[in-house]
Amino acid sequence: MLKIAVNEINRLFDAIAAVENLYLPVEKGGEVEFGAYSADAKVRLDALQTVKSAKDMFFPFSENLMKFHVEGKQISVEAAEKVNEEFVVFGVRACDARSFSILDKVFLADPVDTYYAARREHGVVVSMACSRPEETCFCSAFGIDATKPEGDVVTWVADGVLYWEAQTEKGAALTEKVAEVLAESDSAAVEAQQAAVKAIMEKLPLAGLDLSYFTSRPELEIFKRPEWTELSSHCLGCGTCTFVCPTCQCYDVRDFDNGHGIERYRCWDSCMYRDFTMMAHGTNRKTQVERFRQRFMHKLVYNPKNRDGEFGCVGCGRCLKKCPVNMNIVKVAKTLSAGGEQA
Amino acid sequence: MSEIREELIPVLGVVTDIRKDTPDVKTFRVVTPEGQKAFKHMPGQCAMLSIPGVGEAMFSITSSPTNEEYMEFSIKKCGCLTDWLHQMEVGQMVTIRGPYGNGFPVETELKGKNLLFIAGGIGLAPLRSVINYCRHYRDQYGDIDIIYGSRSMDDLVDFKEIQEEWCTEDGINVHLTIDRPQEGWDGHVGFVPAYVNELNLSLDKTILICGPPIMIKFTLQNLQALGFERTQVYTTMELRMKCGIGKCGRCNIGSKYVCKDGPVFRFDQLDELPDEY
Repeated sequence: MLKIAVNEINRLFDAIAAVENLYLPVEKGGEVEFGAYSADAKVRLDALQTVKSAKDMFFPFSENLMKFHVEGKQISVEAAEKVNEEFVVFGVRACDARSFSILDKVFLADPVDTYYAARREHGVVVSMACSRPEETCFCSAFGIDATKPEGDVVTWVADGVLYWEAQTEKGAALTEKVAEVLAESDSAAVEAQQAAVKAIMEKLPLAGLDLSYFTSRPELEIFKRPEWTELSSHCLGCGTCTFVCPTCQCYDVRDFDNGHGIERYRCWDSCMYRDFTMMAHGTNRKTQVERFRQRFMHKLVYNPKNRDGEFGCVGCGRCLKKCPVNMNIVKVAKTLSAGGEQA
Repeated sequence: MSEIREELIPVLGVVTDIRKDTPDVKTFRVVTPEGQKAFKHMPGQCAMLSIPGVGEAMFSITSSPTNEEYMEFSIKKCGCLTDWLHQMEVGQMVTIRGPYGNGFPVETELKGKNLLFIAGGIGLAPLRSVINYCRHYRDQYGDIDIIYGSRSMDDLVDFKEIQEEWCTEDGINVHLTIDRPQEGWDGHVGFVPAYVNELNLSLDKTILICGPPIMIKFTLQNLQALGFERTQVYTTMELRMKCGIGKCGRCNIGSKYVCKDGPVFRFDQLDELPDEY
């Protein structure tokens, strides 16, 4: 294990930024989001979470896919250039780190999404263990260890020191590049922190969230539960839950005439919107009940059914904090699980 | 990375022929700029067609895979992109990618079977590919019955091919019907679901049905009342699609992605999915 004092952390960032593009949680306009490192960036490693999840780094909010040139009846297509430089995402929490492997199962499944694949290939994930989980955190329900996140390198901040350990070949390669600013260390402080945080995790209000109902009952039985109507009754269809979600991967593809040609880009979309499934003859999910149910069925039922029991949720709690009407996946899970036992 | 196919990047197509089938359906013939077929496909598979700046959407390939020269798409004018497609002239370039979807199981479950095709309106488009495929490999399939209905005789898609080729071929029984009597029409008049009851169909048939949801619903009810099982009936579904490769999430129904796992399903398979299509 390696270490650097937190009050010298800019030496580490400068060392990384000297060889790779570095992205990390920075504060802008009062909100913390992943952004590019610069000497005057307000780095906020203390923030437990960014507003949007780190999926933005691999599956950006919006990205150009191709460009068309149209002249009369003639068309030509030019694929957009993909990411071809290494980059480092620093400070990814355990929940977001797990979301990458969930997104991988969508985008890297045959046929491969080459835009996502290029970012995954060139991106190095430096995760950061949680020292102060919040009451909205429930990553442990998905078997995620917040004290030892997935990632190419995992880091811990304890008693004013940042500890660093490579977990993959990519991580080892990065470690070599920045070795001069890191010193050897034992792992006593890390182990002490892990034990303390695990004790806190167990006491979190949502730690014992039981999702077994969703993998043990038939898909149609859950789909037909009458509670969906009440659960969705306050949903505004704003889509905020899908935009802050680390595992929501639905996207739209649109064309935009920029005056010099037509760009075809994709951007995040939301199954909470009426337009999402709209066709010339209408939409197959006409009411918010149907759209609301689709989102949660996808995360809690369809995902585990298709992917060996893995849920489409990592328990980051962003949707709990951001929903304007205080509806969220935990309430859905608890309501249906409770009613399900009685049924 | 270079060996991995760029699924979202289309190839170019040129429209070489436009046939006006009905007042609101045109059939477009598409080849690559080099004059080739853009890719191989199976009956019931689809392709993403696009006009840059207007949009991209999924269309069933109506020509048979046995046609190795070009692809055809029968498209009803019903929205933004299809309006634009209907304004095209011969020589217009479009973009095309595919093939997508599973297609009808012509090589497996349908082989050797007596086939009954039931189509309504533009619903003939995906079935025409299968019908012409089965005609090409005629000895591998049993009797072929085709029930095709539309609003009027002017709304029958591919009427010329039906009259000149399908109706004149041995072992193929074509049953046409239109919704209301019309001058010049001496064929059957009435809706498809009722017509199914009048035809004394033998229960050994495997059925492929495509058309308006309301037609499918009542036809299926009548078929079941006659004694057909839901395991004997296949259909092909239409949902909003953006990627065609099971990622954008639009066509997700239950644990299936219609673009990838479908669009062809047997009704007993659909029974296992939420009824939201």
